[in-house]
Amino acid sequence: MKKVQTAQRPINYSIPPSKTKHVMSFILIFILVWLSGKQIDFSITELMEGLPNMWELLIQLLPPDWSYFKEVTNPMLETIRMAIVGTTIGGLLAFFLAMLAAKNVFSYPWITGPTRFILNLIRTLPELLLASIFVAVFGIGPIPGIFALTFFSLGIIAKLFYESIEAIDPGPMEAMTAVGANKVKWIMFGVVPQVMSSFVSFFLYAFEINIRAAAVLGLVGAGGIGLYYEKTLGFFQYDRVSTIIIYTLLVVLVIDYCSTKIREKLT
Amino acid sequence: MITRSTMSRFRQFSIVVIVILIYIWAFSGLPSIGLKETSVEVVSAIISGIFSPDWDYVYDPGGEDLLRGLLDTLAIAVLGTIIAAILSIPFAFLAARNITKSRAVVGVNKVLLSFIRVFPDIVLALLFIKAVGPGAFAGVLALGIGAIGMLGKLISESIENVDLNAREALIASGANPVKTFIFAVVPQVLTNYFSFVMYRLEVNMRAATILGVIGAGGIGTPLIFALSVRNWERVGIILLGIIVMVTLVDLISSKIRARFT
Repeated sequence: MKKVQTAQRPINYSIPPSKTKHVMSFILIFILVWLSGKQIDFSITELMEGLPNMWELLIQLLPPDWSYFKEVTNPMLETIRMAIVGTTIGGLLAFFLAMLAAKNVFSYPWITGPTRFILNLIRTLPELLLASIFVAVFGIGPIPGIFALTFFSLGIIAKLFYESIEAIDPGPMEAMTAVGANKVKWIMFGVVPQVMSSFVSFFLYAFEINIRAAAVLGLVGAGGIGLYYEKTLGFFQYDRVSTIIIYTLLVVLVIDYCSTKIREKLT
Repeated sequence: MITRSTMSRFRQFSIVVIVILIYIWAFSGLPSIGLKETSVEVVSAIISGIFSPDWDYVYDPGGEDLLRGLLDTLAIAVLGTIIAAILSIPFAFLAARNITKSRAVVGVNKVLLSFIRVFPDIVLALLFIKAVGPGAFAGVLALGIGAIGMLGKLISESIENVDLNAREALIASGANPVKTFIFAVVPQVLTNYFSFVMYRLEVNMRAATILGVIGAGGIGTPLIFALSVRNWERVGIILLGIIVMVTLVDLISSKIRARFT
């Protein structure tokens, strides 16, 4: 097959392009899937055996236990609080780190390089992993959850924010330099006004993600409503599980809706 | 602040008040940061653990080791992504306004996709663990179903942006519906489709590392175990392994995605 491709022949456009590449990609994907399946002992028979169980589970989830809404309202509020506080601290840190990471604000590679490296490191770790580490450090409660969300939102916001800082108009910054402003003033009046609205937008976006994340942090002991999944699933109270799920979905939808509306106004 | 000229003073003021009230409410309800006296010790232990990792754990031919855990995680992410990539196709077409003529079908599918999207992966995994038992299989199913929401939405939007002129031309030249579909719609969506799938693989890679925390297979299980027995060197090497693997997958995936666009 390779010979056909390497041979220098005049291209004849009436012949369709070679399909070798597509076939090879397809085979590669197939091998990857097959190896993956082998690695975790994926079996169709297990799936078939599991299907009736899933159906039963779905039936047990309905109808939800409506009276349970009241009981989980407090943990739900705690979840929202965790998300607000975590996003806020993370957002503030991200504001400064993003400035340090933006190449047009600090044109020294020894500042931007390490900052970006740290931000990349933070972004590889998902929130639940961070939370389980912080639970080991601070003990059970909402505090480790807040720390996890802080780091998590720091990663997201800083990345989006420094990219948008790098895309700003250099004019005002040059003007500030020309009149001899110091670095702090230069950033305050040359950079910040241009990127403030996108910062708020990224902040709200991170908040939306954090609400979803906060809802499950309780699973590792980091506070909020997630703890109640363990409690109710452990006692096979599936009607209560579905109450928690519906409650979370409602809160997420409402916050998403508000946040999207605000973000639309900002742009 | 940003839209001072367009927004009336009063509105601005009330927004500030609302934001301040939200913050007072949020911060007042929090417990004070009760640092355990061991906290500093633990943090320095984790950091020294990351810098002096337990290298013996990386490869252990006999039992559970890091490479095995990472490969399991990778396998869960790949299988979950492939399942979602296949399952999301019908949903995407049914949710695309220009392909599916029935408004009701489009509406129902759009709602269904957003419903799946707001459903946390971890909760899905919990439910699947109850259904098929703990293990990597439950994780694969959770990622496979959970990713349909996002992929279905992105693909259906890209289908809605398809240029329908090619389709009309084919219909005019007498092609049957199947051929019209294959030659006019599919080629326009295909590159976007692969790019979305690769992106989702990156997301799933991160999600797969935490599935083990609740017992759905992968590297999360040994991590939680190492945390609970306070084996910080092992925590360090596992974290290092996760960081390296996620970074590698991100790199490869973004290289492939760059070729599509």
